[in-house]
Amino acid sequence: MESIVQALAGIVGKPYVSASAEERYFYGRDPGLMPAHAPDYVVLPRSVEEIQAIVRLAGREKIPLVPMGAGMSLSGLVIPQRGGIVLDMKRMDGILKVNEAARYAVVEGGTSTGKLHAHLNRYYPRLRFSTPDSPAAATVAANVMIHGQGRLTQQQGFNSDMVSGLEVVLPSGELCRIGSCALSDDWFSKGPPLPDLSGLFLGWFGATGILTKVGIKLYPRKKMRDVEIFITDSPDFVPGILYELTHTEMAEDINIFAQPLPLIFSGNHHIVIYFTGDSAEEMEFKKRTLFHALDGFIKSKDGGFMTVGEGMKKTLLDMPQRSATTFADVTKGGGFEYSGPIVPIDRYPQCSRKLDELAVKYDLKYHATARIIDKGHAMMFAFSFTFNRADADMLNRTRMALSEASEYALSIGGLFWKPTLDEQRIALEKMDPQTARLMKRIKEELDPQGIMNPGNWEGI
Amino acid sequence: MKYAEILHRCFRCGYCKFTLDYENFNCPPYRKYRFDTFAPGGRMWLIRAWLNGEIENSERFQEILYSCATCGNCVEHCAFTFRENLVDIFIAAREEMVNGGRIPPPVRDYFKAISIHGNPYNLPAAQRSSWAADLPVQPYDGQEYLFYVGCVGSYDERGRKIAQAVSRNLIRAGVSFGILGEREPCDGNEVRVLGESGLFEYLAETNIALFRQLGVRKIITLDPHAFNAFRKEYPAFGGDFEVLHYSQVFSRLIESGNLKPGNFAARVTFHDACYLGRHGGEYEAPRNILRAIPGVELVEMRQNRANALCCGGGGGNFFTDILGGEGDSPSRIRVRQALETGAEILVVSCPQCAKMLEDAIKAEGLDGRLTVADAGELLDASLRGH
Repeated sequence: MESIVQALAGIVGKPYVSASAEERYFYGRDPGLMPAHAPDYVVLPRSVEEIQAIVRLAGREKIPLVPMGAGMSLSGLVIPQRGGIVLDMKRMDGILKVNEAARYAVVEGGTSTGKLHAHLNRYYPRLRFSTPDSPAAATVAANVMIHGQGRLTQQQGFNSDMVSGLEVVLPSGELCRIGSCALSDDWFSKGPPLPDLSGLFLGWFGATGILTKVGIKLYPRKKMRDVEIFITDSPDFVPGILYELTHTEMAEDINIFAQPLPLIFSGNHHIVIYFTGDSAEEMEFKKRTLFHALDGFIKSKDGGFMTVGEGMKKTLLDMPQRSATTFADVTKGGGFEYSGPIVPIDRYPQCSRKLDELAVKYDLKYHATARIIDKGHAMMFAFSFTFNRADADMLNRTRMALSEASEYALSIGGLFWKPTLDEQRIALEKMDPQTARLMKRIKEELDPQGIMNPGNWEGI
Repeated sequence: MKYAEILHRCFRCGYCKFTLDYENFNCPPYRKYRFDTFAPGGRMWLIRAWLNGEIENSERFQEILYSCATCGNCVEHCAFTFRENLVDIFIAAREEMVNGGRIPPPVRDYFKAISIHGNPYNLPAAQRSSWAADLPVQPYDGQEYLFYVGCVGSYDERGRKIAQAVSRNLIRAGVSFGILGEREPCDGNEVRVLGESGLFEYLAETNIALFRQLGVRKIITLDPHAFNAFRKEYPAFGGDFEVLHYSQVFSRLIESGNLKPGNFAARVTFHDACYLGRHGGEYEAPRNILRAIPGVELVEMRQNRANALCCGGGGGNFFTDILGGEGDSPSRIRVRQALETGAEILVVSCPQCAKMLEDAIKAEGLDGRLTVADAGELLDASLRGH
């Protein structure tokens, strides 16, 4: 073990390697509910070359290797299931390039979404990216690796759909570029019109390679941004409301939330509609169009727009939305986790009723949140429960509720988002066998020694 | 341990280690070490693990806890309602370590020096007023203000120069003040934040008794750390005094016309001291001094006021040097940030910051391109016609 520490120190420098109990404790768990498992080493690389050397060392010594951003998936994706090396990528946090005309940025593998957000605000006020609601520490690379979503997901799809190129260290230690950047220094496309190889890496949680650079598409940032909320007391109306809203193509983002507390929110489904514009006229036109789209629901008294106070607007317009994080302390317990399947939007009523049922069954406080993906092709529905980390019984009840939510989601045609190991297993069991075999062949071809984030996408 | 009931509420989301706009990481030990264990969330989870018996009080754990500069950046930026207690929690964990008898040797030595000599320099109390030997500064004897100089201003070569400059300005303005000289005990701020609550209690009670005996009602402090202790901690021991940092006094004197700064042509930037700014809520008084000096052009660093990066000297690190001065230590990052503004002078309002940043300039090889001056020194220079 000491010789491995020395070898790693020879690559990244002694201050950036640890096999201490403190780092092994902290990097062996995440804020969610998955069981802990300690790494043997934690390493903080600063360059692509260092990562290549670490990967080659891990290959020679057959040591598991887990790349990590901020570790905020909540589903244990960077918990090193078989020990080995955790590669904390956050020292590689550069913003390497912004091509304003072609609207993309290239960042290093450990650059935080917060830093990119701030950089664009400061230097490129007419550009933005799809800022997720995960904490600002979440990295761009990890966010696209888990098919994360953000403020532009309603318009543009998953954040991984907005990738415009990748640089990857393969499990062999070789460096590979994916997309237009494989042919030139332009990072405008991750694949098309060539075969799109980004799928060999996105969604694999580091089990097929380590993202060292990410090209990410940028979009126009309008001068004005506002939010309105439409409420209905029946989940059955929600799919229709969403259909009408997405038809207008006027919304920046559409989220839905429902929660029993505080009581002002109880019993209603809140469809939060964001819209943007470059002038008061544009804003007014969009707002009017969005309002008119729901005339039918208003006339039938099935819903209506609520007044959104300035304080609430400020909270909702915040990017990243810090209030999403504070759900963890509703029970003064420091934790929340959700099962967040991707489902067709017509499943909203079923998911909503199931969440109510689970909250009663397991006596838990919940928050339903949903985000429309790509103009309504699907939605992420989060069965989200807050828990008290110091209450073992509540932790257990939350685990059971999440497990039941996952099984339910799969039964109604959902796909797991950032699945836990258990969710990966049951997804593979349900998957078309030929598809599962194809995944297995890809994994074995890229990572024949099985050193990359082992435990994930196994059992195929 | 005090605050133990809060530890499990940390979600380790990481907002605490950023600036408000997320442009940079701003937690001093995290900037240096880059392991998440050295960020506030890491400390919260590790303290809980230690109390639960899941990890030991190791040298590494001590380094993690004692490299915290108690700068309060986490208090500003944490997303949760318990943020006000974050620094208190880290101090409480240090107290627990002190009570258990296992602390880093430099911390132990600091406590011993204060306990035996009354100062961290192991120097005799008789030398405490030697900085004022060439100045017409009077011992405190019922004047309107007690000028409390503190250990750094009394013994450290850099601090003594600042104490002299501040005194000259007070004399010019006709302020009625005196000093305690060899009777001056340590204020105890660093004793408290390093976790020796018993020794701090003794120092606070000693100071309060002395101040009362002498009839002190108003105090001007040189050091923001003493300013913090007197204002925020002494009232719990019955010590209610009117406490001002010298920059607040000069700001008022300038505003009232009792101090009229002379010309001093320089492009300067200002570094906020954590115990004056984030802890004390005073961001403007030192800037008012700079703005009042004709010829001074004040340019702000990107990270200023509540977003300022600590020099790394807080939390006792000025004396224990646990946070260290290597390449990515906060003091060295801070002087690079100052250089980016194009300033020729990095102005401070704290003798500890002055020393930390001056050493960083040397280490960065920036001698001749950037110098450090205290706001009191700059005012003094302007009044002397330099």
